[in-house]
Amino acid sequence: MSVSVDPTSVKPSGTEPTDALRPHAEDAFAFELAALAAQDDRPRPARWKMSPWAVATYLLGGVLPDGTVISPKYVGPRRIVEVAVTTLATDRALLLLGVPGTAKTWVSEHLAAAVSGDSTLLVQGTAGTPEEAIRYGWNYAQLLAHGPSRDALVPSPVMRAMAEGATVRVEELTRIPADVQDTLITVLSEKTLPIPELGQEVQAVRGFNLIATANDRDRGVNELSSALRRRFNTVVLPLPESVEAEVDIVARRVDQIGRSLDLPAAPDGFEEIRRVVTVFRELRDGVTADGRTKVKSPSGTLSTAEAISVVTSGLALAAHFGDGVLRPADVAAGILGAVVRDPAADRVVWQEYLEAVVRERAGWTDFYRACREVSA
Amino acid sequence: MLIEGPPEADALIPLAADEDMRPPVALLAHAVDEPGRSSFWPMAEFSPEWVALRWALEHGVPARFIDLPATHTLAWEKHREREETGKAGKPGETGRAGETEGTEETEGTREGAGAEENCSGGRPGATGEGPGRGRREGGEEGSGAGGGPDVGREPGRARASGGGPEDADGSGGGEGGGSGAADEDRDGLRRDPLGTLAEVAGYDDPERWWEDVVEHRATGTKDPFAPFAALEEAMGALREAYDRDAAGHEDGRDLVREAYMRIQLRSAQREFGADGVAVVCGAWHVPALRRKVALAADRALLKGLPKVRTDLTWVPWTHRRLARAGGYGAGIDAPGWYAHLFASPDRPVERWLTRVAVLLREEDRIVSSAHVIEAVRLAETLAALRGRPLPGLSETTDAVRAVLCEGSDVPLALVRDRLVVGDVLGEVPAGAPAVPLQRDLDRLQRRLRLKPEAAERELALDLRRENDAERSRLLHRLRLLGVEWGEPAASRGGTGTFRETWRLRWEPELAVRVAEAGVWGTTVLAAATAKAEADAVAAGGLARVTALAERCLLAALPDALPTVMSVLADRAALDTDVGHLAQALPALARSLRYGDVRGTDTGALAEVAAGLAERIFVGLPPACVSLDADAAERMRRHVDAVHGAVGMLDEHAGLPPRWRAVLRVLSRRDSVPGVVRGRAVRLLLDEGELNPGAAARLMGLALSPGTPPGDAAAWIEGFVGGGSGGGLLLVHDERLLALVDGWLTTVPAEAFTDVLPLLRRTFSAYEPGVRRTLGDRVRRGPGKRGSEPGAHTGTPGFATGLDERRADAVLPVVRLLLGTNPDAADVGRGDERTGGDGRGDDTAGHVGTGDDGMSDDTAGGGAGTDGGTGDGALAGVGA
Repeated sequence: MSVSVDPTSVKPSGTEPTDALRPHAEDAFAFELAALAAQDDRPRPARWKMSPWAVATYLLGGVLPDGTVISPKYVGPRRIVEVAVTTLATDRALLLLGVPGTAKTWVSEHLAAAVSGDSTLLVQGTAGTPEEAIRYGWNYAQLLAHGPSRDALVPSPVMRAMAEGATVRVEELTRIPADVQDTLITVLSEKTLPIPELGQEVQAVRGFNLIATANDRDRGVNELSSALRRRFNTVVLPLPESVEAEVDIVARRVDQIGRSLDLPAAPDGFEEIRRVVTVFRELRDGVTADGRTKVKSPSGTLSTAEAISVVTSGLALAAHFGDGVLRPADVAAGILGAVVRDPAADRVVWQEYLEAVVRERAGWTDFYRACREVSA
Repeated sequence: MLIEGPPEADALIPLAADEDMRPPVALLAHAVDEPGRSSFWPMAEFSPEWVALRWALEHGVPARFIDLPATHTLAWEKHREREETGKAGKPGETGRAGETEGTEETEGTREGAGAEENCSGGRPGATGEGPGRGRREGGEEGSGAGGGPDVGREPGRARASGGGPEDADGSGGGEGGGSGAADEDRDGLRRDPLGTLAEVAGYDDPERWWEDVVEHRATGTKDPFAPFAALEEAMGALREAYDRDAAGHEDGRDLVREAYMRIQLRSAQREFGADGVAVVCGAWHVPALRRKVALAADRALLKGLPKVRTDLTWVPWTHRRLARAGGYGAGIDAPGWYAHLFASPDRPVERWLTRVAVLLREEDRIVSSAHVIEAVRLAETLAALRGRPLPGLSETTDAVRAVLCEGSDVPLALVRDRLVVGDVLGEVPAGAPAVPLQRDLDRLQRRLRLKPEAAERELALDLRRENDAERSRLLHRLRLLGVEWGEPAASRGGTGTFRETWRLRWEPELAVRVAEAGVWGTTVLAAATAKAEADAVAAGGLARVTALAERCLLAALPDALPTVMSVLADRAALDTDVGHLAQALPALARSLRYGDVRGTDTGALAEVAAGLAERIFVGLPPACVSLDADAAERMRRHVDAVHGAVGMLDEHAGLPPRWRAVLRVLSRRDSVPGVVRGRAVRLLLDEGELNPGAAARLMGLALSPGTPPGDAAAWIEGFVGGGSGGGLLLVHDERLLALVDGWLTTVPAEAFTDVLPLLRRTFSAYEPGVRRTLGDRVRRGPGKRGSEPGAHTGTPGFATGLDERRADAVLPVVRLLLGTNPDAADVGRGDERTGGDGRGDDTAGHVGTGDDGMSDDTAGGGAGTDGGTGDGALAGVGA
């Protein structure tokens, strides 16, 4: 039974990408990539479509000498993109860490698109990812009919990337069972993939590299072994820097989701969104927004993605059971659920926060009462 | 060799060559009569001034400091508004940058690269508050002939550099007082000329601009003086704009300093020839020194400057202080990094990353050589990507984070603290003049008539007397500084708040301690404040910080309190162990009271204490489940401690009711261990929150047959155990005694041996009289149950009826103690004995009560509760 799926085989070659619900990065930004590659006169590492400088520009945005505007793909510290690109250029595997919603996948896709012109060599990590997804599988009909041969072999994205000198992506690396993860060690250190059945091996050609993403604060993950870990350079993608930036992200995303769920638009929800974001940030950072009081952090991740879902469900509550306006009571239950993951420890954290911070805060009385009600 | 610095220090220059002298050190100038007024000129190993000094000493070249004498600059300080100063050093000085005046030295190459090159630098000099980014890099040590062999640094990695003069006092705009943007611009320009240049160049980070434009640019340059010339030109342009604006309102300080420097320069040139002089100073001053000004004009500027008697000495410095942007720091962000660059003969990046790896390994992180290799590759490629010839601190830091720290900022913080800043502590030879702290101490000792004596003696202080109070403060402050001259001893007579006993003994090595403490400040007060703040930040546990807060109050260090309090609040917020919080609270409550007695402002303290109490209230119930016997016993003590503390905090409205609510939760929750539950019931009963009937009901529940005997015995221990007067409670409330008695008789034989030790522990703590009474009552049997407790039963030791006359005799004293009822005073006056005492010595009475209260509290036995029920006298609680 072959499990590995060749992602390129399902992509209809030559068709216009515009029909796809979500076109690949290299299709959506083909114009920018072409412009960058055309005007790039700096040295390129072997099999790179453009130089490291151009890759950094592609991600961070900028204006080319001929006036072509490159849109920023990643808004955040420049340092992060520079380190990531440099890592790939030095032939080291790149591990992007971060809580959900910090654009790990987005960055890895664009990196792969810019470096190799192909972001589709992808292994999606799950608890059920088998070794075949990283090494190779067999076409059993062929295998039975003709015996083991390269024709009967179904290469994984990793194997293909090695053979072609391209960039392969492994999403959610820590979700993959530990024994399967360790398959990568040989790939990353020896840069070969042995095929003992045939007495052969696939050697990586120059240009091959691997970008993995992983969630560092999630529960139920398989920690990387130190042997594997040290084969990666690690870049942690940070959460949005300011409240404004985060409120903006949440508001925009909530709006999109709300529309697709046909929720009525909430006219006055902005204040609650800000409140949710503030609560999340304060608990996450362990310090109040004014920087004067420290608070304990709960065990949950409290990512931007969770803030979005709290607000969305609050909106749904308000729309279906309330008066259509997002009120403190609509988000209180959602916040409680997001914060209190561990019933004992987190509840204390939450109550301390309520009593020490929320109770005193001007204009938050309604919110405090609503939270007391659901927490009691 | 002319160096920007106070000329009074010329006599101290030879000390720089002393083998016991180890940078970082600082030149310290202070006013003789007022050690608090002082300036520092810190120098690290790589500071241009230091390199120049050492070079001059090694080559027998005369070296002099040429800045305006500290006697004037310190006097200036006096004239300036004092409010902005606060702390000692706002020195003016500072910056320096390299500059060569008089160009080639006579000795030709000899000096050549030597000092001058190094001159670079930035403003490390100063003390200032200015965030200067110091440019460091000393330079190539004398490449020239006389200078012997090149130390072997690749010339490339230039340490050249010039620097920004940063004046700590920002003399620029500040006093101009004018309004408007122009002024602000000027101010900024003066304070951070490099920042201005960087901004013009389109950099947001001046540090980076400096590296890119000056440090790295010099690589491969043939002419070592080229960067200096370029910098001079840049500064010249800045000065032009600055001086033009300054025309209207001269602030003058820079001009005066530069006039003095010019005069010194001129006389040196006369002495050694125009080509025989090199100047190491802030780049900012270069254009001014080049300017041709008539000697008379310079002299005129120097006329009539205020003076103050000053003393100078060398003091040890630390890298951490070099890095501290404010206060005495020199504003060098990364002294450790620059010291490394300066000291490493080659391959600075490889060596640096290896040091990082060694550090991380010491901290038990797995870091292999392969890691280091990859980190070096990453740093170098990053530098290439960013268009730099060599990796700088930011590239290596990025590489360390991505490779060695696996993306985590936690080990990175360690690297920053230990290596980038560094733990280096300077040393000063014993021959250096005494530090001002010692002088300040001498002065205080004289004023307070407290002579240092080697023989041990005891000193009793009455804090109500001003002189004694000051002595106490001095001793407490010295203790904070690690100068253990006095050791608090148990007071002999009376343990009152107003009395303190010390055991004094001056050991010779204490003088060394004083010298060591000199890094903290120039006066005992300032040093103790700085030390307390540093201790607070470094303190390990919450209890330590609380203890420190207490000591700050004792030593009267109000300036240190805010820091200590904020550290305390942070620690309390993050501490998840309610036990720690509960331990910290009593000391705080005590400090509050003590502070009140001493008239200290304890507002911040009260706020923190209330916050701490809130956290305890929230955290206590969940913390009381699933505890074993020992942990439960500890928790009971915590409950007692918190209860006593809450009693002391009672003016914070709302706390006691909330605390009682917590107690009620504890008393009713079955998962809470018996001893804690029993204790909670007891405290509620004492508070009058539960009536005896309700308490009896709860006791009945706890002692009902379904409860495991061990748990029930623990409940009894919590309820009536320890030295809390529980025995008397049982004596007086027969219902309770009957319950205990009834329960005990139902304990099955096999469980009895388990229960016995607990019960023994409970009852053996009672006083013999109480035990006997209890025994009698039990022997009499519970048969008389139902009779009014304590009333008409003929108990041994009690009359059957009330003797009204004897009871009345007690009332005046009780009223006096309570001090409330005016009628009582009348009654009291009627009575000869009490009345007389009470009115005659009001203070004594008051103090007396205060004493009792305090001593009980200090004993920590949960004083508030103790008196309560036991003897039935409300006065006990009140006092």
